Amino acid sequence: MTPTLHPAGDRALVLELGDRIDAETNARIIDLADRLDAAAWPGVTEVVPTYRSLLVGYDPVILRGAELEARLMALWDSRDASPQAAGRLWKVPCLYGAGVEGDLDDLARLKGLSTDEVIALHSGAEYRVYMIGFAPGFAYLGGLPELLHTPRLRVPRQNIPEGAIGIGGQQANINSVAGPSGWRFVGWTPWRIFDPGAPDPFLLRAGDRVRFVPVSADDARDIAARVAEGALRPTPENAAP
Amino acid sequence: MTIEIHSASPMLTVQDAGRSGLRRFGVSTAGPIDPDAMALANALCANPPMAAALEFAGPGCALRSDTAIRFAVAGADCDIRVGDRRLASGESHVLAPGETLRLGAPQGAVWAYLALSGGLDMAPVLGSRATHLRSGLGGVEGRSLRPSDRLGLGPQADAPCLRLERPLKGTNLRDLHSGPIRLILGPQSARFAPETLERLLSEPFQITPQRDRMAMVLGGVELPATGGHDIVSDGTVPGSIQVPGSGLPLVLLAESQTTGGYPKIATVASVDLPRLAQMPVGASVRFALISRDEGEALWIAQQRQRDLILGGLIPKAPATLSSELLLSCDLVGGIAAPREITGTDLDLAEDPR
Repeated sequence: MTPTLHPAGDRALVLELGDRIDAETNARIIDLADRLDAAAWPGVTEVVPTYRSLLVGYDPVILRGAELEARLMALWDSRDASPQAAGRLWKVPCLYGAGVEGDLDDLARLKGLSTDEVIALHSGAEYRVYMIGFAPGFAYLGGLPELLHTPRLRVPRQNIPEGAIGIGGQQANINSVAGPSGWRFVGWTPWRIFDPGAPDPFLLRAGDRVRFVPVSADDARDIAARVAEGALRPTPENAAP
Repeated sequence: MTIEIHSASPMLTVQDAGRSGLRRFGVSTAGPIDPDAMALANALCANPPMAAALEFAGPGCALRSDTAIRFAVAGADCDIRVGDRRLASGESHVLAPGETLRLGAPQGAVWAYLALSGGLDMAPVLGSRATHLRSGLGGVEGRSLRPSDRLGLGPQADAPCLRLERPLKGTNLRDLHSGPIRLILGPQSARFAPETLERLLSEPFQITPQRDRMAMVLGGVELPATGGHDIVSDGTVPGSIQVPGSGLPLVLLAESQTTGGYPKIATVASVDLPRLAQMPVGASVRFALISRDEGEALWIAQQRQRDLILGGLIPKAPATLSSELLLSCDLVGGIAAPREITGTDLDLAEDPR
């Protein structure tokens, strides 16, 4: 893996590691982002890890692009040879069949499966948060079982609720804010993925792992009530290493 | 201390410096489309340059204040009236309680700014008061302002009404039509054939009506990507020129998505992005290439020049106002300015300096 550097204007640059989606490349990008955060160089304004590239924003008054490139390459060269430790694991409660009425049944029909089979496939997989983007807290999840890969709808639907758990192509997601979407939705979580008023507003970060745990309607209602009261703050299964 | 909105354009929003460092969590900056214009309006009110102020486009707006405040308008030119008095831009004025301030539709450019002494005050969301319409964050409930919205003001600085030492061309810190919009190639320029890059730099593009705080679509020239119009989604910045399958370039602005799956042929130089975003629909625009180093140098120089201009504001017409009158323009404690002061605005507007 050899990075290439590209200017994104005069206040940001991009370090690219090829143009493929795979967990190892993504882990390398996230590792570099974490080490760049830890370095806290004056003049760095944004650190945005994506599937296979890292966008770094800077203020040229404090730090020039050429200097940042040199430092970034030195930081890349000082990476560990050993692969990454696993990211935080979130067991996200999911009320299957909720979120968008009828979508789970439609998907099962489309695939020639029972809804229970779809639920077993979807909740049996472990997903990787490749990146956060598009909207506040919106996580792009890889690891959707191939049997569930489904094209997006041609016409996006309006007003998909916050917490809806969806499938778009070969990716999965949790809707972090309500809004229009062309994805199909198999369930709904009572957790808040994005809570602008919370001390830690974004639940997920790139590199995290996600599993969906089926819950009953009663349990989902109970969790939602405790989240609303502020009595329940979701925690990961394992602390970050 | 509150203001009340009486009429509003659909694009009347609260803005401040915006949110920094949150693109990795999917939150773009928001903040003003033309930061220099907002900084000027604020400085004229003796506010910090990025104090929360109002941004508007399209039809104008009207508002009242329950206390005497100073205000200033910058950015696109527009008709400024308090009661039946017509006032000048590029300087601050007093708005007394009970008076209605009416701002007309921006002319010649798109985005205008109204700053109020003390700055708008409301609880910040994710560290900023800037309205992010697309994400529904900040300002008032994350939305455009509506009639009868009430907004609080912060404590006012002890300062007189101010004006620019020398008038600017228009009310902008820069001339809209001062040469081509400069670009830095990349990050995905390699997806485009050399003749397409040549077209980008030689043919005129048109400003289309498809525009908002998120992005603006340019028309007139198609830029096919020989490498395809889909990339593995990666990070974007304000100024990124995305080229979707239509071939028509899309320039991202303050409220853009933080990541995108279209190739980005080039990025607008930071010094020229507000100038491009201020161009009215139908305007013709040409692009010219510069290096990243040149872009950075221009930015650094422009920041310095901006600080000089904002640091060099002077009290309005010191020769014609007695010190007693100047003192009475000091509004700390909510002393309403006497009519003599507010009444001089019309004369100052006609001063040929």
